[in-house]
Amino acid sequence: MDYILAGLKEAFRLLFTLDRGTYTIIFLSLRISGTAVLLASCLGIPLGALVGLHKFPGRGVITTILNTCFALPTVVVGLFIYLFLSHRGPLGMLGLLYTPSAMITAQTILATPIIGALSLVAVKGVDPSITKSAISLGATKVQTTLTVLREARVAILAALIAGFGRVITEIGAAMIVGGNIKGTTRVMSTAIALETGKGKFEIALALGIILLAIAFLINAGLYYLQRVKE
Amino acid sequence: MRMKKKIFLLGFIFVMVFTLGCRKGVSHLILATTTSVENSGLLDALIPVFEKEAEAKVDVIACGTGKAIQLAKNGDCDLILVHDPETEKKFVRDGYGVNRKSIMYNDFVIVGPEDDPAKIKGMSGVISALSTIAHKKALFISRGDDSGTHKRERQLWKKVGLIPEGEWYQETGQGMGATLVIASQKKAYCLTDHATYLSCKGRIALIMLSNRNQLLYNPYSIILVNPKKYAHINYRKGIEFINFLISNKGKKIIREFGKEEFGEPLFHPVGE
Repeated sequence: MDYILAGLKEAFRLLFTLDRGTYTIIFLSLRISGTAVLLASCLGIPLGALVGLHKFPGRGVITTILNTCFALPTVVVGLFIYLFLSHRGPLGMLGLLYTPSAMITAQTILATPIIGALSLVAVKGVDPSITKSAISLGATKVQTTLTVLREARVAILAALIAGFGRVITEIGAAMIVGGNIKGTTRVMSTAIALETGKGKFEIALALGIILLAIAFLINAGLYYLQRVKE
Repeated sequence: MRMKKKIFLLGFIFVMVFTLGCRKGVSHLILATTTSVENSGLLDALIPVFEKEAEAKVDVIACGTGKAIQLAKNGDCDLILVHDPETEKKFVRDGYGVNRKSIMYNDFVIVGPEDDPAKIKGMSGVISALSTIAHKKALFISRGDDSGTHKRERQLWKKVGLIPEGEWYQETGQGMGATLVIASQKKAYCLTDHATYLSCKGRIALIMLSNRNQLLYNPYSIILVNPKKYAHINYRKGIEFINFLISNKGKKIIREFGKEEFGEPLFHPVGE
């Protein structure tokens, strides 16, 4: 019990003493995972809309593959990217290993199938009469898709939240391709793993509490946006 | 118009992402080291001083000795600071590393629960202590992660003349700090480096049960990755860092580190 209280105390101390190291970690986490979710939605939402709104051969296979990627182990994604970015690997000359870019790449790969699959479900859930009336009003294919996406925006927002949740808590890939370098690639999840490994449970718990608090704030903001739009 | 905006936005994002990763300005060094060195906090005392002096940035990646050497073989770091002399010598012999220098040492210790169920306290030899633990089947927790500490532990079991297996011998596959916490919770024996033990002492219920012994000597060396193997290795700054560690200034930081907090230094510079 005293561990948990000490963790709470430590969390407040870290936040309110404006500890620079802690803020660097929080900022890096948000920057890396935020960029990854942005990229993943640029890939995932169009993919979901494409598969969800069109009938073509192989559609079932793509859907199944997307759903399978929910179970993609983060360490495997990390290892895969490491092998590519290592100086022995095909992309070694880019010097991207142990940089935020490498982490963004890994997290984009992890988030894209989640956002894609959930967007797919979202556009499928839209009343088909909307598609029909858009087409009868003379909308082009792109315009029709945008109309459907607008209708499905609440569900798509949920897809983004799920994708963000997946990457901000992810440790395996971040550790391997980021290297947990202080000030450069140390993010909240890897810092928590490090402090736990050291046996410093209070700091680990404090960082965990901060991570949850940030996730809560983001979700509260998104919920507010949804309400305003409705 | 809308399409143009989107294309612009996408382009902007990609440029942003890829410039994020570029290392411009100061010279960078990547140092792969063992968790025992990183967890002790010694590097936080050494590196800022060097960074200021040499106008370079040192990125530290903490992993076991085994992984550090693998990273170096792949050219993914400039320097390694590790503690497994046999593997280090092979690494240099195979042409992967140059300029190996001994930096500092401390010792390994056998720790265990206060009531010492196998009664190994006061035994003069490490081998007899381990052999007693094995014969009494007292719980022993091993790192099991191919780290320097784990390799030393296996060498010691080899000297005892038995292969540790059975319910009394468990492997965690985790770092030293985490392994000590597990050993403490399970009231088990464990082999650890002195530095990690001292820095975890306040949080675990394990006491030191071995005396100083040549078999438990724990030397740390730094090795530069061979620039002939990988052209991108930052040879100049790497040599500067090694020279800094063996300079009087570097030695002083190593010697003083931990004295205040733990009452004794965690590492001793070589030659003292």
